[in-house]
Amino acid sequence: MILLRLFFEFAKTGLFAVGGGLATIPFLRDLGARTNWFTDADLTTMIAVSESTPGAMGVNMATYVGYTTAGIPGAVAATIGLVFPSIVVIIIIAGFLQKFRQSKTVDGVFYGLRPASTALIASAGLSVAASVLVSVGGLEEHVLSAHWPAVVLAAAVFVCMRYTPLKKLHPIAFIGASALVGAVFRF
Amino acid sequence: MNIFADLFFTFAKIGVCTFGGGYAMLPILQREVVEKKGWATDEELTDYYAIGQCTPGIIAVNTATFIGFKYKGWLGGILATLGVVFPSIVIITVIAAGLTNFAEIPVVQHALRGVNACVVALIASSVIKLGKSTVKDAVTVCIFLAVLGLAFFVGLSPAVLIVCAGLAGYVVRRLLCLSRGGEGK
Repeated sequence: MILLRLFFEFAKTGLFAVGGGLATIPFLRDLGARTNWFTDADLTTMIAVSESTPGAMGVNMATYVGYTTAGIPGAVAATIGLVFPSIVVIIIIAGFLQKFRQSKTVDGVFYGLRPASTALIASAGLSVAASVLVSVGGLEEHVLSAHWPAVVLAAAVFVCMRYTPLKKLHPIAFIGASALVGAVFRF
Repeated sequence: MNIFADLFFTFAKIGVCTFGGGYAMLPILQREVVEKKGWATDEELTDYYAIGQCTPGIIAVNTATFIGFKYKGWLGGILATLGVVFPSIVIITVIAAGLTNFAEIPVVQHALRGVNACVVALIASSVIKLGKSTVKDAVTVCIFLAVLGLAFFVGLSPAVLIVCAGLAGYVVRRLLCLSRGGEGK
């Protein structure tokens, strides 16, 4: 039955893909090749749509593949499949952590984990910055050129949300305003 | 509002406001979960991201489950997760049903470039906020810089870096304890 199969295939993806939504892509390519549910070209469209719509990218991908394969029930089955291993694993780990919260060992481990975790988020931010704010190439291959409108917009948002009264605004207000700026000035 | 309904709808709202991966979700989580609801602290968020990056599953879902569980046990974990995926199911289904060329529409592409520039600024601001509570002495500054360099320039896997940093934190704490104990004697 296709819904069960979708659930299991995505539970497998959820179990073996570690990290962000991009980590699911190799698994999805493999899934498409094995089942003929969708082609590589379909997958490219799905990635583009998943990146340009609200929601975590990995979840969007699962929903899209599920819908393409078996309609709305498929979308639900694939998405629930994707999150199922996370729910189980994280609930076990979180329960374990609650028990050992007071232990010196756990405390020492987290003392090292926190700056590392912050650094990984910074690194992910730098990757996004590199792809959005600069581009390599143009006429000469090795020239870095800045996307000045994007740089100015990012700087403006940063200054507004840290140093002006606008920092009280919800982040989505900045996202909405930036979408408008992007659309109007044809970024 | 019922606490469980509150968890579901808060996470659904977070899902709607997230553009990109789990990292893009961080600024929204800080606003909704830390500042507005007080369900977690900045330190706890970094803990969840640390664990979410080296356990199975995508980061956004792992973090949602963690926060929900911490607040209201296993049912809370499940509801927060269902909340965060709910908007995806609705929005993607609508687009897949009728707008498969959605991502190629010029105005969508322009708007998205604006959104991405904004997300860069949001993540930068979030990292500064987190850094204030997680990077505060010589050891943590060293760990921060080492992990940032190894992740961004060398491309080492987050899971490996997280495990090494955890070990380093543990060893440093032990050594500090031992040396203090030694002075005491």
